[in-house]
Amino acid sequence: MTTIEKIHIEKHLLPILESVSDPEIPVLSVLDLGVIREAVEEDGIVRIKLTPTYSGCPAMDVIGEDLRNAFSEIGKKAEVDLVLSPAWSTDWISEEGLQKMEAYGIARPLSEFHDKEALLGNQKLVKCPQCGSTQTHLVSQFGSTACKALFQCDDCHEPFDYFKCLK
Amino acid sequence: MNNKQLYNYILAIADNNLILGQRLGELCGHGPNLETDIALTNIALDLFGQTRSYYQYAAILSENYKTEDDVAFLRKEREYKSVLLVEQPNTHFGYVIVRQFLFDVFHYLFLENLQNSKDGTLSAIAKKAIKEVSYHKRFSGDWVKRLGDGTSESHEKIQEAVDNLWPYTNELFEMTKADTEAVTEGVGVNLSDLKLKYYEEVSEVLKEATLEIPSTPFFQKGGKEGIHTEHMGYLLADLQYMQRTYPNMNW
Repeated sequence: MTTIEKIHIEKHLLPILESVSDPEIPVLSVLDLGVIREAVEEDGIVRIKLTPTYSGCPAMDVIGEDLRNAFSEIGKKAEVDLVLSPAWSTDWISEEGLQKMEAYGIARPLSEFHDKEALLGNQKLVKCPQCGSTQTHLVSQFGSTACKALFQCDDCHEPFDYFKCLK
Repeated sequence: MNNKQLYNYILAIADNNLILGQRLGELCGHGPNLETDIALTNIALDLFGQTRSYYQYAAILSENYKTEDDVAFLRKEREYKSVLLVEQPNTHFGYVIVRQFLFDVFHYLFLENLQNSKDGTLSAIAKKAIKEVSYHKRFSGDWVKRLGDGTSESHEKIQEAVDNLWPYTNELFEMTKADTEAVTEGVGVNLSDLKLKYYEEVSEVLKEATLEIPSTPFFQKGGKEGIHTEHMGYLLADLQYMQRTYPNMNW
């Protein structure tokens, strides 16, 4: 099992990686999401190490496929390997990514402690991405995908997804 | 540890996930409400994701099998090493929740220790999986309290589930030969060490839920040795149908 402690992405590969997005949150590129641990070109082959967000996330197979396609379009062969260690955490989503996520209508993950408080219903902390109110309540701990919980705003009444903290 | 021993050790862990995931998958479209339906199938997805990592690793170590699908789908009932608890049917929602809760508390404690495994792959899978399982445990624990301390009907039904599933808890801590070997090598988890903490944690939640622990349980075991309850054959028939009918099929 390979362990990758430090991200290593060759600069010339960035534009192509930037063009591949998460199929379930299309505004986020794989770079925003922080799932690319390594991307290097060796002897004309692009070797990518990808880390899953959740173990069973079906988006991972699609992302792998999309990466291979994106590189094949510019005539390059890409090999994608999954690495589990160190495990992905929501801290790896870039600030730019978090902002795009909020603009898309998904509330950003809170800190580990606040996340727990919010999901247990002890405190109202999750900010509605539509109107900005924190008067929101949990509808379901599991939302449309494993990484999200379902909330509703008490002020504007919009239901919305909250990206759960994973640490 | 040689490959064969490690292979057997991994299967024992992975099979619990596979069988429980299959049980939860049966609820897809049949949950009591939309949110619970989605939650239970999301938990199933996590369990399948984790089990894929285990089976992929096991497949590398095996001599006769080649792919993760072979390992998951093409064994006989006696070759599955999952505990009896996880194959118990979805009799009603109370059973689904209690089964989940009794497994989640164990699963969390187990992964907490597996993170320290000398085997790099197992330790990496555990570090990944424990984050997901902490959400499972919170979900099932909350529902145990809601149903136990809910209406008289929900209380009665979930108490029935506790009474009937409790006898399967002891097997979780049963040490097999594979377990002992793995512990000696620093690869595995000493299950007997988890027992006390498990019963403390479970009792605390059940107490808050106003539920009683059966006083004189007659504990059941056998799953770890491949001797399963009558429910397992039906479950496997469903699980294996596609691979047996269309060998090597892929999505």
